[in-house]
Amino acid sequence: MALPAVAGSEYLEENYLTVKGRFRGIWSWLLSTDHKRIGILYLICIITAFLAAVAIGFLMRLEQLNMGETIVSARTYNSFFTLHGVIMVFMFIIPGIPAVFGNFFLPIQIGAKDVFFPRINLLSWYCWVGGAVLLIVALFTGTGAPDTGWTFYAPYSTRTGTNVTLALLAAFILGFSSILTGLNFITTIHRMRAPGMGWFRMPLFVWGIYATAWIQVLATPIVGITLLMVLTERVFGVGIFDAAKGGDPVLYQHLFWIYSHPAVYIMILPGMGVISEIIPAFAKRTIFGYKAIAYSSMAIAIAGSLVWGHHMFVSGQSYLISVVFSAITFLVAIPSAIKVFNWVATLYKGSIDPQPPLLYSLTFIFLFMIGGFSGIMNGVLNVNVHIHDTYFVVSHFHYVMFGGTGLALFAAMHYWFPKMFGRIYSKKLANIALAIEFVGFNLLYFTMMIMGYRGMPRRYYDHLPQFHTDHVIATVGSWILVAGLLLMFGNLFWSIFRGKKVGMNPWGGATLEWQIPTPPPHENFEEVPYIDHDPYDFKKVKVTR
Amino acid sequence: MNQTANVTSEMHHSDEIGAKLGMWLFLFTELLLFGGMFILYAIYRASHSHEFFLAASELDTFIGTINTLALLTSSLTVALSIEALRRGNRKLSITMLIVTILLGIIFMINKYFEWSAKIHHGIYPGGEVLLRMSDGEMLFFNLYYVMTGLHGLHVLVGIVVLSAMLLFITRGNQSSAIKLENSGLYWHLVDIIWIFLFPLFYLIS
Repeated sequence: MALPAVAGSEYLEENYLTVKGRFRGIWSWLLSTDHKRIGILYLICIITAFLAAVAIGFLMRLEQLNMGETIVSARTYNSFFTLHGVIMVFMFIIPGIPAVFGNFFLPIQIGAKDVFFPRINLLSWYCWVGGAVLLIVALFTGTGAPDTGWTFYAPYSTRTGTNVTLALLAAFILGFSSILTGLNFITTIHRMRAPGMGWFRMPLFVWGIYATAWIQVLATPIVGITLLMVLTERVFGVGIFDAAKGGDPVLYQHLFWIYSHPAVYIMILPGMGVISEIIPAFAKRTIFGYKAIAYSSMAIAIAGSLVWGHHMFVSGQSYLISVVFSAITFLVAIPSAIKVFNWVATLYKGSIDPQPPLLYSLTFIFLFMIGGFSGIMNGVLNVNVHIHDTYFVVSHFHYVMFGGTGLALFAAMHYWFPKMFGRIYSKKLANIALAIEFVGFNLLYFTMMIMGYRGMPRRYYDHLPQFHTDHVIATVGSWILVAGLLLMFGNLFWSIFRGKKVGMNPWGGATLEWQIPTPPPHENFEEVPYIDHDPYDFKKVKVTR
Repeated sequence: MNQTANVTSEMHHSDEIGAKLGMWLFLFTELLLFGGMFILYAIYRASHSHEFFLAASELDTFIGTINTLALLTSSLTVALSIEALRRGNRKLSITMLIVTILLGIIFMINKYFEWSAKIHHGIYPGGEVLLRMSDGEMLFFNLYYVMTGLHGLHVLVGIVVLSAMLLFITRGNQSSAIKLENSGLYWHLVDIIWIFLFPLFYLIS
């Protein structure tokens, strides 16, 4: 390992958290261009947004506990599912892993001192905050919280009296934040890799972020312009999507999904990158099929950009195009399966150390597979007609987004926590929390899948008697899930301040972030490292708990 | 903080390729932003080609041509300004930059008169005259306002950016060359989008 010898394997007192910069107090955070501090800022914001949206989801489930109006009116329920979706999608899952862990670890993993545009990096965080503030303003001003669903479908979004205009603007600004992060990462990866680090010596997390960044840059502007068009329709009376003015509302759906389907891969690819880091670190084996995993990220990015029409099988598009979209949708399963097989093959004959990050990762694989298989079912034309707009779809994308990306984010939190804060959480509590989450998750979403298959439509605040038992089970599942989440976050939060201090490489990871002190010093590396080996070479790794 | 800022800003100056790469990525996003609207234009024009033809004849080709000339010339002058700065002729660079900004302003003034004439005749989104027209004509003018409006917004931003550059260069800021080149790239983008907007709206009659 041609890395500079780092003094001591103990907790580093003079680190990025304690360093004295130009600014004091809170400003040393709010005006910091250090990628690690920006990552922490994102972490705080994103977890806050997540918990807010979880609370809304919790209330939605509570509403379904009884038939008829239980706790909120139908109108409020509409606002609930809109906000739950908008916050979860635009403020949590899309920025989640890239903005938090990409910011924090991408530069370190490629041996750089920061991202290429540190100030633009900070700007992107302010864009996120700006979007969030606008969304909050939209809730409490005007004529009521938005009630369109997170998709803002025209023509309803152009006509509803609720405060959709501000919400659209918020989504647009959040998109801008995403674009800035993406172009920053691409430039960083192209220009700032340490000497010796060729493309195929990059850790797979970097590959995941790289593929994601391209989708962020290429797809986000399309949804930006689409949302702007709805905005002009609401504010100036332009009628591009208004049939009364010659427009075509279905075109809105096309433009929206041209972005929003690739956005699904913005959500999942970084998660897959995280899993590709954790599995070798806890199997103590180099990853099986490195190139296949790297290329499959790019393959998912490309194929995933050509499948948006599978959201629109019942919206009146031509039969031929539906068949084509359905076929390409099946193709996406191939690179996804390549990844899963490679992860499992990596574990084979490895010396497996079942620490919490690995357990979260294995849970990810299990839940993501259920999400993936149900996704294939959604992509089958005739099945899709049957389950369109039912709980089956809702369950499917919760398995993919929450069971997939969400669990990957939790796995990343548990994996990198000791490096970020220099302390370790209670592993026992982390495992218990995971078990509770797993039970609650499946009770909630698998029940929803069955309900959906039997015909329970999504986005209704009420249900028919034959679904009542299922709804009760799902709601109880949601309580268990929330309990698990609270335990998990509580454990982590407490450990930031009170956890046991750890050394630089508690897991025995082989990538660069584990070869620098814990927590990382302000400039990451004392001298620029030279890379002369593959990323998952565990032969010379020294474990320092 | 201080140190990082210094280290990375040093990197900036030494790595012009990286700075330009970032700018090109940003330009991609701009192209795609307009791309979404060009798709809408293509679809609606295919389905309402005759009405688009009728509506286009109401636009003033003369003003459009002048604007095209103004923007094309400004692209030349901004390129000259960059080259002048690279060769160390700061004075010429500043002159050329001023000419570029003036041409941009001329474009906006023309646009103002063009739009106000149309609005005066009741042809604007939600305007009474426009609402009485056929579907295709309504779509044409709605697209016209949105697309040239967004383009105009970009011209305005370009003028602000170039003015900031003017300030940098007159102050003798050392790192201006790559910044000016990136601003120039942005200005060329604004120009090239107009090159497509002009025939699609003015010349199809």
